[in-house]
Amino acid sequence: MYLYDHYDQAMVDARVAEFRDQARRRLEGKLTEDQFKPLRLMNGLYLQLHAYMLRVAIPYGTLNSRQMEVLADIADKYDRGYGHFTTRQNIQYNWIKLEDAGDILADLASVEMHAIQTSGNCIRNISADHFAGAAADEVADPRPYAELMRQWSSFHPEFSYLPRKFKIAVIASAKDRAAMRLHDIGIRIVKRGNDSGGELGAQFYAGGGMGRTPMIAPLIRDFVPLDQLITYAEACLRVYNRYGRRDNKYKARIKILVHELGAAEYTRQVEEEFAHMLEQGVEPPREELARIAAFFADPPFVDAPKSIDRSNPAFDAWVKANTHRHKHDSYVSAVISLKPAGGIPGDATAEQMRVMARLAKQYSFDELRVMHTQNVLLPHVAIADLPAVWAALDAAGLAAANMDSIEDIIACPGLDYCSLANARSIPLAQRISEKFAATGKSAALGELKLKISGCINACGHHHAGHIGILGVDKKGRENYQLSLGGSEAEDVSLAKITGPGFDEDGVIAAVEKVTDVYLARREDGERFLDTYRRIGMEPFKEALYA
Amino acid sequence: MKILTGNDLRTGAVTWWDGTGWSLHVNDAVDVGDEAEVIIAREVAARRVNVPYAIEATRAIDGVRPAHIKDRIRALGPTVRPDLTLKPQDPQAIDWVI
Repeated sequence: MYLYDHYDQAMVDARVAEFRDQARRRLEGKLTEDQFKPLRLMNGLYLQLHAYMLRVAIPYGTLNSRQMEVLADIADKYDRGYGHFTTRQNIQYNWIKLEDAGDILADLASVEMHAIQTSGNCIRNISADHFAGAAADEVADPRPYAELMRQWSSFHPEFSYLPRKFKIAVIASAKDRAAMRLHDIGIRIVKRGNDSGGELGAQFYAGGGMGRTPMIAPLIRDFVPLDQLITYAEACLRVYNRYGRRDNKYKARIKILVHELGAAEYTRQVEEEFAHMLEQGVEPPREELARIAAFFADPPFVDAPKSIDRSNPAFDAWVKANTHRHKHDSYVSAVISLKPAGGIPGDATAEQMRVMARLAKQYSFDELRVMHTQNVLLPHVAIADLPAVWAALDAAGLAAANMDSIEDIIACPGLDYCSLANARSIPLAQRISEKFAATGKSAALGELKLKISGCINACGHHHAGHIGILGVDKKGRENYQLSLGGSEAEDVSLAKITGPGFDEDGVIAAVEKVTDVYLARREDGERFLDTYRRIGMEPFKEALYA
Repeated sequence: MKILTGNDLRTGAVTWWDGTGWSLHVNDAVDVGDEAEVIIAREVAARRVNVPYAIEATRAIDGVRPAHIKDRIRALGPTVRPDLTLKPQDPQAIDWVI
């Protein structure tokens, strides 16, 4: 993985010192909250429902064991012994004291981490396929390009005050495991020409997003040569920065601009800007990309036995559900579920983080990935090591065998933690996962992605859930809208609302009814989403509202 | 009744105006009547509280109850982590929120 050079470290260290001074001045009363707020947000420090919340960037979700250990130490030393992994492949701490913030940032900087650009109207943490560098189906490792974009976008003076926040995802396979087309810019690395000697380039999608106005990003360029990647991205940003609305924050995201201009006109303007910028020489030299790419060389994989004893049913179920095909046939990528039945999606205790760090060091070439599904991945585990890995995870309460099942719920922090939320998300996730695990029904349902947001900002990706739940405030009481048919994968679609909302008990019963319709109507090999697309909304509505 | 709440500047902890200072316990909150803006201006200037605001609440036998669920969650703590609330030993505490 990428290691800081002295420029990277100097930038982060300087920011720590700067923020330490800003926090000191705030505590001494030399800055008002209005003056301080934009400064703390630039460093990922929010004021949430119960305390300050710190969001730490984990670039494209990749971290090593030492970094994970420091995240654990921060949870113990400065928070309440746990952290929350997010759908942006970051981690959040919910109980931070302002007087500790400088020390926390210094601890993070000691392991090449920070909280810069995890808030504000800037380019946020670049996300990527969590299987990057390990997946058998990718045409290239997308992380060097994500890292190049991280460096380009960090402290970019032109894009520090965009009309709104800006999120970029990079993938490199036909499968979309990063919700790529639901980002402001989605980039897919593709290969043109034959498999053995084709040229790599980038497809650009622009204007996707969730929130109150969900949109799927249209393709605006089907091939950008990789030595023009940054130039093209910069052209996309420039057009947005110039014409994106600043008068209404609800209409300020790039998706609104692309929608209102039309994809063709937005593309025309980007191409015009791109042609101009090609003459300006803004692209980093090829040597820089080569320097970055060298950090992402394959670890020293070795051929090893592929046969293991799977007679333990629990282990067998975990291998089936939570391991993913690796590009080296002696290895798999192993998903560490942070979704125990009845648990809080994405939460991990400090001790669990240390277990994950230890396993990464021992069994996964010192690498971990935070997944946008709020789980953690060991990207390179030898098949022969799976029994030992599973046993350690099981002992730590991290071996739920539920990847992509109805128990693998994405849920935002909701009204239990978030000052923007209208309703609680986590209790729903807890009750649903507990209910379906207890009855054993989740295994029968197969792949079924359920996503819950506690407000219209859609941090829980409810628009993209096979089943989505949105919490709203209905005359001071929590109410939940149910939606069906969303997908954030390569078959991307936006979920549609079923009809009137439900209270907490009602929406849980509704989820059960919806799954019953699926089980009754599915045909061979159909996932929930396939059945929904074949039979439409009506049978589900009949079951819900008859 | 109208009560004042905010966050402690240093710790971020949720606090309630008790008539002379800021308490962690909503039951200490007092009715500020029409004085909210005056108290807020004074307390912000004194750096004793961060982003304070006034909310509606009721006083019942079991204490002060904010009108909105969001403020009740602020008053108690996250309903999904009873161990982190102000009443970790009270099994009924979450019911009070909802």
